[in-house]
Amino acid sequence: MATVDVSGKQVEVDEDGYLVNLEDWTKELAEIFAKEDEIELTEAHWEVINFLRDYYEKYQIAPMIKILVKEIGKSMGKEKGNTKYLYELYPAGPAKQACRFAGLPKPTGCV
Amino acid sequence: MVKTPKPKELTENLLEKPNLLRGDQPKQSWMETPVEFKPGTYCHAAKPKVLEGLGFPNPREWQPGDDDWQLPDGWEETILKGFQERLKKFRSFKLYMDICVRCGACADKCHFFLGSGDPKNMPVLRAELVRSIYRGEFKTAGKILGSIAGGRKMTIGVLKEWFMYFHQCTQCRRCSVFCPYGIDTAEITMMAREMMSLVGANINWIMEPVSNCNRTGNHLGLQPHAFVSSIRSLCEDIEEITGVSIDVPFNKKGAEILFITPSADAFAMPGIYTMMGYLLLFKHIGLDYTMSTYASEGGNFGSFTNNETMKMLNAKMYAEAKRLGVKWILGGECGHMWRVVHQYMDTMNGPADFLELPKSPITGTVFSNAASTKMVHIAEFTADLIKHGKLKLDPSRNDHWHTTWHDSCNTARGMGLLEEPRYVLQNVVNKFHEMPENTIREQTFCCGSGTGLNTDEFMEVRMKGGLPRANAVKYVMEKHDVNLLSCVCAIDRATLSSLVQYWVPGMEVSGLHELVGNALVFEGEKWPRAMDLREDEPYDYEEPEEEPEAEAPAEATEEGGEGDV
Repeated sequence: MATVDVSGKQVEVDEDGYLVNLEDWTKELAEIFAKEDEIELTEAHWEVINFLRDYYEKYQIAPMIKILVKEIGKSMGKEKGNTKYLYELYPAGPAKQACRFAGLPKPTGCV
Repeated sequence: MVKTPKPKELTENLLEKPNLLRGDQPKQSWMETPVEFKPGTYCHAAKPKVLEGLGFPNPREWQPGDDDWQLPDGWEETILKGFQERLKKFRSFKLYMDICVRCGACADKCHFFLGSGDPKNMPVLRAELVRSIYRGEFKTAGKILGSIAGGRKMTIGVLKEWFMYFHQCTQCRRCSVFCPYGIDTAEITMMAREMMSLVGANINWIMEPVSNCNRTGNHLGLQPHAFVSSIRSLCEDIEEITGVSIDVPFNKKGAEILFITPSADAFAMPGIYTMMGYLLLFKHIGLDYTMSTYASEGGNFGSFTNNETMKMLNAKMYAEAKRLGVKWILGGECGHMWRVVHQYMDTMNGPADFLELPKSPITGTVFSNAASTKMVHIAEFTADLIKHGKLKLDPSRNDHWHTTWHDSCNTARGMGLLEEPRYVLQNVVNKFHEMPENTIREQTFCCGSGTGLNTDEFMEVRMKGGLPRANAVKYVMEKHDVNLLSCVCAIDRATLSSLVQYWVPGMEVSGLHELVGNALVFEGEKWPRAMDLREDEPYDYEEPEEEPEAEAPAEATEEGGEGDV
C-alpha cells in the first residue's frame, strides 16, 4: 500500500491517492495533496474542504455536487453557489479532488 | 491515479495494434497467449476489509498487476470443486458448456470485441476460456488429449485470463441474441465470476457496493438520515423550480405501494433529476406510496458476484415490503435490478405470495405480468397512466431537448421492455429520433461499463467497449441534432455520461422520468416555469394565453414519433 510522508509520519493512501484511515487527516495532509495536484489552497478552497468534512461528520458520505453547490451558496453567498465556481477552485472536479483533499473516501455504486 | 488516454490517442493506439477485425491473424494460439495487466486494463482488487465484512474467502492486499496473487494453497482444487458443484446445480451452465458448436455467430456482436479487436473478447472465445477447463478437467477426451481436444488444466495463467476477460464482459447478452442455440453468455460470465470469488479474485468496485448494501441498505452506503436528507433536499429544489410542495413518506406502514429505485437516483447526477421526476409523478396522481431507508437500493451488485449474494440483497426488498405491509412494489429506473427480479427472483426468494397482484390504484389496470414477483416497472406504470389520460402533460416543456432512446441491456433483453419507455418518451417530448436499428431494442449496444465495471481506473477499457454505442449516438447527433440520450438504468445514466463526454461532446444523458417531471402540469404551479429540473436549462417559452390543456396521448408507432425507418 502506498504511503504519504506527513512530517515524518507515514500515512496510508489507496490506489487512487485517497486517504485509507480518515482519522489520519490533518491540514498538512490536505496541503500535501494540493501540492501534488499543483493547487495552492486559499481561504476559498478551505471553505469547501471544511464544509465537506462537516458534512461527512454528519452523514458519513461525501455530499453530492448539487448539495455542495446549494450549501456553499447558502452559507457563503449566491455568487459562490454554482458549479462553475467550484470547478474553478477544483479543476479536476469538486466531488473527486476536493474530497481527496478533505480526506474523504470516494463514493461507489452507480455513480 | 490511472491516466486515461485522450480519444485521439486511444484511436491511434487501436489502429497501431494488430486487430482481428481488420483481418490481422494472431501469431500464436490463444492458449499460448498470456494476459498482460497494464494500468487502465483492470479494476482494482477488492479491499480486504470489504471481503472480511462479507465473509468472503481470502481477504488480502493485492492487485491484479502483481505477479503473486497470494492465493491459498490448493486454490486450483477449490475452483474445480466449485466448477463441479455448479455443473450439477445449474443445468443451464452444463448445457452451455456442452452445446456450443463454435459457429462464430456471436463473434462480432460484442461491444468489447468491436472496440478492441482482441480475439479473447469474441464471446465464443471468452466462453472457451471456461469451456476449455471443462473439457480438460472433466471430460474424458479432454483429459487424455488435452489441447487437441480443446482442453487444458486450471493454472494461474488461466485464472488471470478469466479475471481479465470476465471483467471485460458486461453480461449485456447482445451476443446471446445472435446465438442459434440461445446460449446465455451472461450466465457463463456469472459462473466464472462466482468461481473467482471462491479464491478471492474480486474487484473492489463490485464488492464495496455489495458490502455497503449489506450494511446500510444501498450501494452508496447512505445511512437512513443521509438518504432522507438527500431526498428532502431534492424536494426543496422541486418546490423552488415548480412551486409544487412534496412531502415524501419514508418507512410508512400500511402504504399501498413500496417504491424502490437505485440509490444513485437519490444521490448522483444525473439520476437525481429522474428522482425529482418520480416524486412529481407520484404527487400528480396522489399515489399512496412509501420509500424505505432499509430497502433503499434497487440495484443488486450481488448479481455481479455470486448467486447467494444476489439472493441476499434481493431479499431485503421483499422483507421490507412484508414489514411495511404494502400491497405491491413499484420499481424505478434500474437495469440489472430487473434482470434479477424478472429472471431470478421467482426461484430465489419467490413467489412473493404475501403481496397482492399489482393493480394500478389510478387506472385499475392489473399487471398480471408481475404475478409472481409483485413488482412493476415504473415505465409500465407510467405508460398505463398516459394511455388512460391520467396525466396532464405539456411536452413542449422539453422542446430544448432533442432526444434519442438507449435501450438498457437488462430491461430490453432481460425483460422485453421496449415499447413502454418509448411510449412514455413520445408523450412527454416533441423531438425524438431513433438510433440505427441494429443498435437499439433487442440489438442494443451496452454502455460498455455495466456489471460493476463503472470505475474510473478502468476508463480506457470502458471507452473502447462503449465505442459502438457512442458511434450510434454520434450518428443521430450529426444527422438529427439530437442532444439528449435518455434511458432507464442508473448505471447507464452514470456511465453514458462519461462515454458521451469522451466520444460525443455536447450530448447529455437523462432518465425517462426526468422528462416526465418536466412535462407534468400541476394545478397552481409556477407557470410558465422558468426552468427545467436541471435549473441551468432555461425554457424558451412564450407566455401562454390560457392554461395548457391535457393533451390526448399520442399513439406510439413502431418507428417512433418522427423516427427513422
